[in-house]
Amino acid sequence: MTRTDTDLFIVGAGPAGMAAAVTARRHGLSVRVVDDQPAPGGQIWRAIETVAATPCAARLGAAYQAGAARAVAFRSCGAVYEPHSQVWQIEPALQAFITSSGRAKKIGAKAIILATGAQERPAPFPGWTLPGVMTVGAAQILLKTADSIPEKPVWIAGCGPLTLLYATQLLAAGGRIASLLDTTQRGRLGAALRHLPKALGRIGDLAKGLGWAVALKRAGLPTVRHVSELQAEGRQRLERLRYRCEDGRSGEVSADVLLVHEGVVPSIHMPLALGCDVTWHAGQQCFVPVLDAWGESSKQNVFVAGDGAGIGGAEAAEIRGRLAGLRVASRLGALSDAGVEQAARPERAALSRALALRPFLDALYAPRAQIFAPADATLACRCEEVTSGELRARAADGRPGMNQLKAFTRAGMGPCQGRQCAYTMAHIIAAAQQRPIADVGLFRIRPPLKPVTLGELASLDEEPAA
Amino acid sequence: MIVETFDVAVIGGGLHGLSAALHLARARRRVVVLERRWTGRHASGATAAGVRTLNRDIAEIPISLEAMEMWHRIGAIVGDDCGFHARGQLRIAESDEHMSALRQREARIRALGYSHEELIDAAELRRLVPALSRHCVGALVARRDGAADPHRTLLAFRRACEAAGILLAEGCGVERVKRVSGDWLLACGSRSFRAPVVVNAAGAWAARTATLFGDPIPLAVRASMMIVTERLAPVLDPVVSVVGRALSFKQSDQGTLVIGGGLQGAADLERETSTVDFTQLAKGARAASDLFPAVRGVRIARCWTGIEAETRDHLPVIGASARAPGLFHAFGFSGHGFQLVPVVGAIAADIVTTGTTTRAVAAFTPERLASTRAAA
Repeated sequence: MTRTDTDLFIVGAGPAGMAAAVTARRHGLSVRVVDDQPAPGGQIWRAIETVAATPCAARLGAAYQAGAARAVAFRSCGAVYEPHSQVWQIEPALQAFITSSGRAKKIGAKAIILATGAQERPAPFPGWTLPGVMTVGAAQILLKTADSIPEKPVWIAGCGPLTLLYATQLLAAGGRIASLLDTTQRGRLGAALRHLPKALGRIGDLAKGLGWAVALKRAGLPTVRHVSELQAEGRQRLERLRYRCEDGRSGEVSADVLLVHEGVVPSIHMPLALGCDVTWHAGQQCFVPVLDAWGESSKQNVFVAGDGAGIGGAEAAEIRGRLAGLRVASRLGALSDAGVEQAARPERAALSRALALRPFLDALYAPRAQIFAPADATLACRCEEVTSGELRARAADGRPGMNQLKAFTRAGMGPCQGRQCAYTMAHIIAAAQQRPIADVGLFRIRPPLKPVTLGELASLDEEPAA
Repeated sequence: MIVETFDVAVIGGGLHGLSAALHLARARRRVVVLERRWTGRHASGATAAGVRTLNRDIAEIPISLEAMEMWHRIGAIVGDDCGFHARGQLRIAESDEHMSALRQREARIRALGYSHEELIDAAELRRLVPALSRHCVGALVARRDGAADPHRTLLAFRRACEAAGILLAEGCGVERVKRVSGDWLLACGSRSFRAPVVVNAAGAWAARTATLFGDPIPLAVRASMMIVTERLAPVLDPVVSVVGRALSFKQSDQGTLVIGGGLQGAADLERETSTVDFTQLAKGARAASDLFPAVRGVRIARCWTGIEAETRDHLPVIGASARAPGLFHAFGFSGHGFQLVPVVGAIAADIVTTGTTTRAVAAFTPERLASTRAAA
């Protein structure tokens, strides 16, 4: 029944997936890479192949342009590459189900590397589902793929490196920003500075971040600091924006577009679906897969690399991809034990350097309270339109866990499969039942991991059994 | 250790356990429900919630018809209508050969004096299900059948139990059983319960539970798979099944299409999990898109499996244990127990409180499985 079509199956063609593929191919493994997007690059280097030769590339910055060479190396490494394809299920015997061009198929592998990256941290607030409110990440995708700039000045609310980077990129592209509502909490800089000695090893990155901040200041970008609460209002779409700061200052402004961003969390849907163990990462306020030094999960031959392993940025993602690729090569006999250790040593040292700044950033941009304790009237699950108040009331009644609360309220049953509401629900349960969120956990994942149509699934039955 | 004492301990917090507990509490018994995880964790939380008398085994028809009367007044029983709608159930024939099988079935049950299944032609079928593919030639219909909302049903039974003063002991798996001067002593981790009567409603784990009481019963497991799609505008009123195919197809109140029919995934009793087998499930998607061509482009939202017990003859086990005094069994519903929930609880209360029941349950005796065990 179980058949093997490839040595190594990689989900995701971002920095980690591409680096893993190049490494594994160098050691002679057969490699297949499947990715949602039409071209390699992942989120950070999205559309790099088409944008690299345009003036837009320069505006997006040097870190973005660096992706062009990676895409070339990946394209020429000899891996089978399937863009525009969805992996919607991986069975425990390492059989992956994929749809592309309206048809489904099954691929068996000896090892799997999940390089599915990160998603923006869901941050519900009153009005967050109104048209006109979107995430900074989504706006950046439009900027990269369509060179698209909002017509009117935008409001940006949030914190973290992506917020500053996007603001810089948007201004460079000729966009206008009404104001930055900085949600970095008061006192976080002090907390972050405790990690400064280690962070100084990454002085270049610190300078880059500072450079963005300075550039934004020089551009005269008005900034409201320590914003703790947001509220979007409007009848059919966003019309007004209210905010309140930690010191009680508040504002009400008319707004056309509001972009929000409260950091990123690992995409762990696939490791969860495969039954890989996860653990709570207090520093990054999210669950991360339990991995060994190679990135291997609690399931043998299932690896996680890149931001899906814990937020570390593109440089760390590539190193983690190479480490996982090396380990798979040695597992399959393409590399000796001594050889793999030797190859891994410099990678490990580089990974440690690449992650040195992370505790500083995690502490500085720790998420604010409103994100985890939305007001009763705020929607927690936008797919099924379940409010935080309903979840809170049910969470206090009989101590239900995540899966029970889902059954009681339908929250988490919609097409996003809990990607938008799981953390909110877990925090609401943890608060209502006074238990640690690590103990509450996340939903049991129900496949398919990506929406597949009945006709596509039916096409599996039409294929002659191979 | 404090021993908590009750008149009846129900093992299993699925719908059958809750229903038995509810009827017993209303017969003035002090009842505890011992649930290893939480109410509705397995089959009851994974059911398609079809409320069907159509095409039942002849032996099940009497209690199924009584259960249907109860469903039509379910609000009076558990305080909520459980999202039950009697929009009918249909069993469709795609060919003349299948139609003649339906004709025989209808004649057979009519000869037995039943009238709940009615044969309809292609024109009436199209009137009832306009979205159905034109190749279908006719059907059997049970017009008073329908479907409920499984989660609402669970919540309603749970709340009715709580209102009746039943203790729902969740996170309480029975690990050891001891006979102490006419009572059963049940050890569940740090807690301990004592009762003269025990109802075994442990679903897929019912055989293991029976073995604890020295009453081994051969039982297989099922892991029936389900598909739920994104929400659609209303396209379908009744619940539809098809002769010769593993398909059950309906539209929920939320607008999602719910597709089941008994295609099997893989069950793991030890780890208490089951997994979807998409190669198998593709047959269900195929059947759905053959019968309803318009749904080919509809996106699947979720698929899952639920674990439950299956008997050799696909009939449930309902009745007193012949070997363990005070032990009563209610399990083995083999993929079609949801509709029977209200009536089986009433039967349990009958037998526990009076030692007998007037309902027709002879076909469900536990002994029928035990006695042929040597031959199996």
